[in-house]
Amino acid sequence: MNEKILMKGNEAIGEAAVLAGCHYYFGYPITPQSELPEYMAKKLPAVGGVFVQAESEIAAINMLYGAAAAGVRAMTSSSSPGFSLKQEGISYIAAAELPCLLVNVQRGGPGLGTIQPGQADYFQATKGGGHGDYRLLVLAPNSVQEIFDLTIEGFDLADRYRIPVLILADGALGQMMEAVSLTVKSAVPVEKPWAITGRRGRVQANVVNTLSFDKDTAEQTNRDLQKKYAEISQNEARSEALLTDDAELVLVAYGITARIAKSAMERARESGYKVGLLRPVTLWPFPSAELLRVARTANAFLVCELSAGQMVEDVELAIRCQKPVHFYGRTGGNIPSTEELYQQIVKVLNKEGK
Amino acid sequence: MQDKLFAITKGLKDVSTHYCPGCHHGIIHRLVAEVLEELAVLDNTILIEPVGCSVLAHNYFDVDTIQAAHGRAPAVATAVKRIHTDSVVFTYQGDGDLAAIGCAEIVHAAMRGEKFTTIFVNNVIYGMTGGQMAPTTLENQVTATSPFGRKNNEAGKPMRVSEMLATLDGPKYIARVAVNTPGNVNKAKAAIKEAFIRQIRGDGFTFVEVLSTCPTNWGMSPIKANKFVEESMMPYFPLGLYKDGEGNKA
Repeated sequence: MNEKILMKGNEAIGEAAVLAGCHYYFGYPITPQSELPEYMAKKLPAVGGVFVQAESEIAAINMLYGAAAAGVRAMTSSSSPGFSLKQEGISYIAAAELPCLLVNVQRGGPGLGTIQPGQADYFQATKGGGHGDYRLLVLAPNSVQEIFDLTIEGFDLADRYRIPVLILADGALGQMMEAVSLTVKSAVPVEKPWAITGRRGRVQANVVNTLSFDKDTAEQTNRDLQKKYAEISQNEARSEALLTDDAELVLVAYGITARIAKSAMERARESGYKVGLLRPVTLWPFPSAELLRVARTANAFLVCELSAGQMVEDVELAIRCQKPVHFYGRTGGNIPSTEELYQQIVKVLNKEGK
Repeated sequence: MQDKLFAITKGLKDVSTHYCPGCHHGIIHRLVAEVLEELAVLDNTILIEPVGCSVLAHNYFDVDTIQAAHGRAPAVATAVKRIHTDSVVFTYQGDGDLAAIGCAEIVHAAMRGEKFTTIFVNNVIYGMTGGQMAPTTLENQVTATSPFGRKNNEAGKPMRVSEMLATLDGPKYIARVAVNTPGNVNKAKAAIKEAFIRQIRGDGFTFVEVLSTCPTNWGMSPIKANKFVEESMMPYFPLGLYKDGEGNKA
């Protein structure tokens, strides 16, 4: 299908999920992602699916835990304050190795913050969020088309690794409309012999359990998880590099900020500055190897985010502090303009003696 | 040949439990498992177990089981039953799990009329964490966190969950039973069976509250604990049928 249709980011997530075979959605209204549950409430009955508006985010994430354990493709979505409420359940889902899709259409924080876009849930998304040693596979789309594609791929990755996959979007991506090609490139569904279905002739009962009183069993669970995370780190780190080969300054940005950074980079190139852009597509695993490669030729980095600089430390670690890493961010729901980022680029290049 | 008068139900594994002497979990497990066997649904039953003393119920029940986070079993069961609509789904929860941290989940699952069954084991205390005060703890009852007795002006009066849920339209069967005497055990089994029959019929949410003991944390002998159920709990938590509704027509 080459035809493109105009869709909001939030709706594109819903459409992609249904096409990926996700017929179960559990959620709770919160701005700026409510178009997604509204879309699912309309769509799912038509495909014989189930939409449940839960009494809270906590209930919704636990419904998802049940659905994922029951062996179906299922999802939940929220925005920052609501996503914080889900952290308990996410820890259980990660511990039980249940595949499912999570969506956080971020807004500015902390607290109730603002209903405008933000990227200040980076730490929560990439460093754990809930209790215990666990990871989410975090995908950070930067267009409505990529939202659609990564939502479908997210379900495949979740099934392949038995891991919760998080689409980390923001209020701008969720609300903006762009043309989308609804082409589905989905892997074949995997068998789930571990699923809770009722025994139905199976000799042994299946159990989904995250508790062990025995220390060694509990440690082995952690070892198994870490082994899986190492494999994912090895295989799934993804990024997009634009004009980095000859760049003296490399911008690092994801999501909506990467769109603005790209425009600022183009503006800088027009003025004769050698500027590139490295856009992480996966935030965990972080594309550290690619950044280290770029650091061999770049003189400096400029991290741009809608936060107070949460991604900076990952960039510094990735390049092993070999080059200066500068930061420019806006918070409170503000989004920098192209001109604003361009001025930052000029400022950093002047400081670095170019 | 002699007639076999009693056999261990196929619904339970042939293992010893970790429950304390005089605790009623063992009896309640057996009654539920016997009912599931008699209804011939063991092969298609899904248990959602709680956090609390019965967090290891999957070691005893021989059915597919999901262990839920504290209080969240009704949310987990909601999804599981909506997906496997032909399975028999039940949550098994204590009073700390259900009446305190999981209060929202049980009320809203009941309100929606989710078609699963909840077995609510009320022993007026947190057992597993060492005998702290629960929402069901009786007035003036001494616990680890009410060392001077539960006071109405601080903790309120004990929560009567069956009565509260009976105000909703979603539940189609709510009963409070006890297993402190052989007669009550028989009545409890009949109520549990009725709840599962109505689930299988697709009526709506069904709920059986079972008054239970905690000799260890009450600091009583099993015999004294059984008397406590009769003399102290039943006057405040009367046994009986609290909802006997018709099934959902839609």
